[in-house]
Amino acid sequence: MTAPVFLDVVDPWINWDWLSTHMPLFLTALQDHVTLTLIAVAGGLVISIPLGIGAHRWGVLRNPILTVSGILYTIPSLALFSLLVPYTGLSGLTAEIGLISYTVLILVRNILVGLEAVPRDVLDAADGMGYRPMRRLIAVELPLALPAIFAGLRIATVTTIGLVTVAALIGVGGLGQLILRGLVDNFHTPLVVATVLSIALAFVADLGLAGAQRLAVPWTRSA
Amino acid sequence: MSFLSKVIAWFSDPSNWHGSDGIPTRLIEHIQISAEAVVIGALIALPIGITLGHYRRFGNLAINLSNVGRAVPSFAILVVAFQVFGLGNLPIIVALAALAVPPMLTNSYVALSEVDADIREAARGMGYRELAQLFRVEIPLAVPLLMAGIRTSAVQVVATATLAAEIAGGGLGRYIIDGYAQQIYTQVFAGAVLVALLALATEVSLSGLERVLVPRGLRLLRAPVVQRATTFKTA
Repeated sequence: MTAPVFLDVVDPWINWDWLSTHMPLFLTALQDHVTLTLIAVAGGLVISIPLGIGAHRWGVLRNPILTVSGILYTIPSLALFSLLVPYTGLSGLTAEIGLISYTVLILVRNILVGLEAVPRDVLDAADGMGYRPMRRLIAVELPLALPAIFAGLRIATVTTIGLVTVAALIGVGGLGQLILRGLVDNFHTPLVVATVLSIALAFVADLGLAGAQRLAVPWTRSA
Repeated sequence: MSFLSKVIAWFSDPSNWHGSDGIPTRLIEHIQISAEAVVIGALIALPIGITLGHYRRFGNLAINLSNVGRAVPSFAILVVAFQVFGLGNLPIIVALAALAVPPMLTNSYVALSEVDADIREAARGMGYRELAQLFRVEIPLAVPLLMAGIRTSAVQVVATATLAAEIAGGGLGRYIIDGYAQQIYTQVFAGAVLVALLALATEVSLSGLERVLVPRGLRLLRAPVVQRATTFKTA
């Protein structure tokens, strides 16, 4: 019996030795990933709150805002990044413009759903108590819309964490870089570990926001 | 020559409209692989979602599947499928079909479970058997959300199929990925325009189909499906 002549080197899904010596690589990527996500979600929120309130207050704005953000949302991320590259280069800015525009649709839609669900009676009561429109919005409508806004925030955050991996294809950091590296080097460890970290990050962020929601809107807890 | 006129020149170059790397070939590859993945995904997701929704069981599972689907990066699924199945269309189809499942399953569950209990009771009272009730009463009423799920999946599959070029797949993503590799940014931009148009065309044509399929009585209701449908974006 002769032994097979080819070298039977099996690349395990995780090479723990390599991983233990390359931890900083993953920590940096994870940090970049978190930063990119935070900027995208925070930027999206800053844009969406006025847009959502505007669309709610002035019916004429509703359809244009939802249509434009819907079109942006439909454009695949790699295509949207690539359409921006000639103007903003292969940069974090390019990735952020794309990612922010995706969060805007999710957030605006949820802000609208939240504001529209505020019962007419509550609004009448606030008016009867002498609330001016601005104060009514801040003290009554927005707090009542918070559960829907939080739901949007959670979806936007989890979605963005997944989409940041695509930004690796335009050279922007994050866990996607390590997925790409695993592909290019045909080496499983960075691919698997980065994928697991990205999924774990999404779950942790979702749980964290769910916790924040419980603190922010305690009155929904018993529901 | 400005950048945009170079892009226009790229589109008017006849060599980009012929052969194995021509726009028609790439477009057909893209549509074909996306369609196969959506059909396979639908064959898995719709029966499960419809059954669970009809019996109103395992609702948490059906709804959480979309959360899980959002958390898993599509690009990673593609690369992992490539490592498991090797070169060819198989890993791409498997990965895309897997991505297509969550929105369709969640939306079909919600669609069926939201059918008014009074209507179900009325159907039963009129002597409909279980299957007749499902196919002639519940599913027609569920069409708007069912179609919203299919549309969401299809748009996401078309988007993710672009990334398949990274694992040696065909389709319009080739222009973008190859363009970056060779630093031909006019080609990248042209590819991005084509991909964006295809995604928008998918959305618009499936919305049109949805309008045709929705029963006339429901159209009059103008129920805000958009607000109940699951938002889902993976690529």
